[in-house]
This record gives sequence, C-alpha cells and structure tokens, in this order.
Amino acid sequence: MESEQAVFYSRLLTELTLSFHIIYATIGVGVPFLIFLTQWLGIKKQDDHYILLARRWTRGFIITVAVGVVTGTAIGLQLNLLWPTFMELAGNVIALPLFMETFAFFFEAIFLGIYLYTWDRFRDQRKHMLLLLPVAIGASFSAIFITMVNAFMNAPQGFELMNGEFINVEPIVAMFNPAMPTKVAHVVSTAYMTSAFVLAAIGAFRLLKGSNHIYHKKALLLTLKVGLVFSIASAIIGDFSGKYLAEYQPEKLAAMEWHFETEEQASLTLFGFLTNGDEITFSLEVPYALSILAHGNPNAEVIGLDQFAEDETPPLYIHYLFNIMVIIGMIAMIIALFYIVGNALNRSFIMNRVFLWLIVSTGPLTILAIEAGWWLAEVGRQPWVLRGILRTENAATTSNHVDLMLLLFIGLYTVLGLASVIVLTRMFKNNPVEQEILDQQRNGR
Amino acid sequence: MSYVSYEIIGIVVLWLFLFGYIIVASIDFGAGFFHSYSVLTNKHHIISNIVQRYLSPVWEVTNVFLVFFFVGIVGFFPSTAYYYGTVLLVPASLSLILLAIRGAYYAFTTYGKLRSNWWTYLYGFSGLLIPASLSIVLTISEGGFIEESNNQLSLQYKTLFSSPLTWSIVILSLTSVLYISAVFLTWYANKAKDRAATALLRKYALIWACPAIITATGIIVELRTHNPVHFQRMLDLWWMFALSGILFITTVYLVWRKKSYGLAFSLLTGQFFVAFYAYGLSHYPYLLYPYLTIEEGFTNEGMALALIIAFIAGLCLLLPSLWLLLRLFLFNKDYVEGKIK
Repeated sequence: MESEQAVFYSRLLTELTLSFHIIYATIGVGVPFLIFLTQWLGIKKQDDHYILLARRWTRGFIITVAVGVVTGTAIGLQLNLLWPTFMELAGNVIALPLFMETFAFFFEAIFLGIYLYTWDRFRDQRKHMLLLLPVAIGASFSAIFITMVNAFMNAPQGFELMNGEFINVEPIVAMFNPAMPTKVAHVVSTAYMTSAFVLAAIGAFRLLKGSNHIYHKKALLLTLKVGLVFSIASAIIGDFSGKYLAEYQPEKLAAMEWHFETEEQASLTLFGFLTNGDEITFSLEVPYALSILAHGNPNAEVIGLDQFAEDETPPLYIHYLFNIMVIIGMIAMIIALFYIVGNALNRSFIMNRVFLWLIVSTGPLTILAIEAGWWLAEVGRQPWVLRGILRTENAATTSNHVDLMLLLFIGLYTVLGLASVIVLTRMFKNNPVEQEILDQQRNGR
Repeated sequence: MSYVSYEIIGIVVLWLFLFGYIIVASIDFGAGFFHSYSVLTNKHHIISNIVQRYLSPVWEVTNVFLVFFFVGIVGFFPSTAYYYGTVLLVPASLSLILLAIRGAYYAFTTYGKLRSNWWTYLYGFSGLLIPASLSIVLTISEGGFIEESNNQLSLQYKTLFSSPLTWSIVILSLTSVLYISAVFLTWYANKAKDRAATALLRKYALIWACPAIITATGIIVELRTHNPVHFQRMLDLWWMFALSGILFITTVYLVWRKKSYGLAFSLLTGQFFVAFYAYGLSHYPYLLYPYLTIEEGFTNEGMALALIIAFIAGLCLLLPSLWLLLRLFLFNKDYVEGKIK
C-alpha cells in the first residue's frame, strides 16, 4: 500500500516538474535560434530595429534560461531520487546521451554568459553575433540528447537482457533507437515553432495595446514566418511519428486513436467522447485516414487494442491530448499563413483587432500543445517506464516522503512561475521599445 | 588499457569535477553571503560591485559543474542512482529548493532588476545552507546511517542528526566556503584596485582561516570512532594531509603579509585539491560504506569506453571555451577594473 502511494506521488511530482520545466526548456531551445536569425537579419539589412529586437528578446530570454537552469537541475536530480531503480537499470545503457547533454549545456552556459556581457565589447557586431551560435547549437543539442533518452524509454535496444541485468551493451545502438529520429525532430521543430508563436504573441499584444510602431510589425512578420515553416515541419514529422508508432508501439497508436478492432482500411477518429468504456460519440470519422497515417496506404491493416492484454495498454484519455496537440498546431499554422499572405497582398485584416487577438492566443495555445504532446508521450508509454522491460510501478522510490516533497515543489514552482511573469511584464512595461528607440537616437546611434 | 583501470579513470574524473564544483561554488556561495551581509550592515557599496561583476557571468557555469558530477556518477556507477537516489530524496530535494532560490535571485534580481533586500538575504543565506545540505552526502557515504530491511533502504534521520560527524562536516563546509571565497575575492578586489574592498575581504579571509582548518582536523578525529577503516587509510596518507597543511599555512601567511594574493589563491586551491584527493583516496574502494564499492557499482565496459571518449571530446570543446570566459571576465584587466561594461 505504502509503495503504491510512493509510485503515485512520484509520478505526480515528475509530471509536475516536467510540465513546468518544458515551458522554459522549449523557450530555451527555440529563442536563441530566433535571436540569432534576427541579429543576422539586422546586420545584413543594416536595420537597427532587428538588432534592438534581438537585444530585447535576449533580456527576456536570460530570465527564462535562468529559471530553466533551476528546473532542469531539478528534473535531472529528481529522475534519480524518484526513479532509482529505473536509473540504475537504464543508466547502464543510455547514460551516454545524458552525459553528452551536460556537455552541450555546459557549452551553451559558457557562451551565453559571454554573449550577455559583451554587447558593446566588439567593434564588429558580427563577432558578437557569432557568440550566439554556440548558444543556439548547445541548446538544440541539449534537446536532441535528452530526447534520445526519452526515445530509448519508448524503444529500448542496444543490449541483451539476462537475469534482470543488461549485458553486451552498445551505447550507440541504444542512442540511435527507432523512436529517435521522429521524436528528436518533432521536439526540436516544435520548440522553434512554439518560441516563434510566443514571440509573435508578444508583438501582436503590443500592437493591440496602442503601439503602431513598425518595429512590432517587423517582429510579427518574422516570427510568424518562422512559426509557419516549423508548424508545417512539425506536422510532416508528426505523420512520420504515426508510422513509427504503427511499427514499434502499435498499442500507443491504437489507444490515442481509439482504434479498438484490428482492421484494414481503418478510419481516423477525430474529436469525440468516450462513454461506457468503448462507445465513441460526437466524433468525426475520416475514412482510410488511419491506415494512411500508420502505413501510408489506405488499404493497410492497422493493429487495434484487441491485440493487447488490458494491463499493457495506456489509458484511453490520451486521445484527447492527441487532439489538443494536433488542433492547436493546425490553428497556429493557419493563422500564420493568413498573416503572411495578408501582408504580402497588403490586406488590412491583418491589423484587425480580432485577428491580432487570434495571434496573441497562439502563444499560450502552442505552449498548451507542447504540454499536451508531452503528456501524450509519457502517459501513452504506460504502464511502462522502459517499454516491455520495466513497469512504472516497479521503478519508483520506496521512500515515504514523496508526498511532502510534492508539496514543497508545488510551492517552489508557484513562486518561480509567478515571479517570471511579474518580472518579465515589468521589464518590458517599464522600458517600452518606443522609449528605447528614442533613447538610442538621442545618444547619437 | 585493462578493464580495471576504467573505473579508476571514471572516479578520478568525477572527483575532479566535484572538486571544481566545490571551488567555484564556494566562491559563489561565499560571495553571495558576503554581499547580503554587507547589505545588512550597510557596507554594500564596498563589496557588491566586485561580487556582481564576477558572479553574474559565471553562475550558470558553476551550476553545470554540479549537474555534470551527478549525471557523470550515475553514468559511470549506475548503482549509485539506486543507493543514493533512494536515501537522498529529502536532503537532495531540500538542496534543490535552495539552489532554486539562488538561480531565481540571478534570474529576477540580476537580470530582471527586481530589487528587494528580503530576496538578497534569502539568497545569501541559501548560499550557506546549500553546502550544509550537500555535505550530508559525504557524511552518509561514511556508512552507519542507512538501514536495509525487506529490500528497502531508509535513511536513519535520528542517527544522522545526532552524530557529531554530521555536524563537523556541516561546519567544515560552511567555514571552507567562507574561507575559499574570501581569499578569492581579496585577490579579485585587489586586481580591481578597490582598496576598501580588498581590506575588508582580506579581514574575512583571515577570520575564517582558523575555523576552517580546525573543523577539518576535527573530522579526521571524528572518523576514528565512526569509521575506523577509513580513519586508518587516512593515516596511511598522512603525508598528503601534511602537504595540504603546509599549503594552508603558506596561504594564510601571504594573505596576512598582504603579498601576492594571486599566488595565495593558487596555493589555497592546491591545499583543497590535495586534501580532497587524499580524502577520496582513503575512501577508496567504497562509494558507500559498506554497501557499494567502485568495482561493484561500475557500469559495463562498452558504456565506460563510450563515456570516456565522450568526455575527452567534450573537454576539447569545453577547455577553450572556459579559457575564453575567464579571459574575458577574470583575466581582463579593463573588465575587472570596471572600465568596460
């Protein structure tokens, strides 16, 4: 009984830390790339607005990075504290990318420190811009290495199991597991996408709050272009993820699509509610679409939940998470597309208040999509922590104090979250861009 | 290269990173403490400039040293995740909260310009509590605080908190944090040609020197009853501890005579380096008395080789970057003196 509670609270605490950390981590991966792009554009076009944009984004970005460092350390340690059995077992096979992640992060932290404190130290702006390259690369590689570990949890390989121990371990084979390509690509691409929409939301918000400065319009166009490119990329990668799941984790695909019976020419269930266990109401059935998603062929057979023991399939509510993720992705993509086309055709609707509010909404919505995506990934792997090898209930700590720690971390994340919002809002409210542009002109720049 | 030597390489490298963390983190924690103490006593105009200029660009790097150590030790010795992970839930979670307070201070005060003395005190105080809470790990590693029943490990809090060893190690961590940091900042302030700050920090360095060496010696005495095996192995390495003692005396002498602070700090680093490795060597082969030795806890050969290769490749990337960081912020005369931003 006690150990059941430990498992429950360990899952809750891990879920909490991950859900909180992923916001900062996503911004941490995507924003340096956008800052780099913007600073590069500014230097190339000799446009001070872009340089200022990069500079202001950086000011906000470092706050999210600093909090991300904290929450990242928390999740790194908590994996050991809450899942000691899992880490002991998995550490034997998948420690390599975890180890390399620290190097990537080390590299990023060093150059971020340098970049932050050297804005005016180089006569050649390009030199300063180049300092951001290791930051952006380090951030993306951190995401790549960590996602490799998560991919391994879904598709473990690179070892032989003998009497509960791993032998003949091949760390490289474990890293390059079948889940890796789609997972890594999806995580990195959605991080760029989400960061772009979050920054676009800020620009749109300023325009709504009375500013009509060209600076915000430039920011909006740039971020929505990036957002569009990476939302399309994320959707394409999502399609490949479906094919990966059909091949290697059919129970996850079947549960998230509410696909109960194995059949050919399977249709895709969109939306809907589940009643009485397996009755789907209010759903939209797209004929052949599941077969296409799973195998790229409308006639292909898709394995359903009937092929699995009940205690080896994930909970069916992941279908809702899947829908939330996909729908938000589509909405964001369409809004970005409308803005870009509207801008190219010189249409006025893009400055319409309702449309601007729609753009603002993509910021929080894409963050929600990231959350839904990670819950889908993690809950969808249940009941396994290491698919087919170690069940979650056998991996948790046996300590009796997890509930107390949960309360402690709820308190911590509440403070950190609130403080982030307060500090960031204050920072940009007290120093609006119009004022900063005026100051710069006065100082003869 | 034989199989046996992999685990030695692993532990030596990890020990080196832990040592690195102890030095850079001590500077960070101590400086934070001095900074908030000076705010409390209205002397902050003297110190805070020095503290802020040095600490702000490097604190994230400091944190990575710690992450590197715990990720590395689980990589090379996965069994440590099981043993230490299970028993450290509460102490390590508390350390995390404290580390979060410091990170938040940098995020919100340094970057976010949120000024609040209350935050500053919390930040300074957390810097003393973190070494105290982290040092518990070293205490636990000496054995005698973990009980194993029905395949379940549990930490005996009562025994732990009533043991004089625990408190000696806690006090050592506090005194050495203040000592290391004061010596370093004396050097930095002197480089910055800030006379008032140099004088104040030099005074702190001399104040904390004695308590640091007394508690360090005290721990060796405690171990005699707590862990006689470890104590005996320490006696066998008496010459290393003696060397460390000589380095300590020379450092104090230099600081006292106001001579070459840079050399003094190098000698101090040497003192802690020798003592830290002597402690580590005498702890060998146990990672956790008496449950886990280096051999038992070691990962497989394939992983070990991969980790060592990754480590060397990583170092080739890191060392030049660290050098650049130090050159820009620590060894750059104009920056240190505050002539450039």
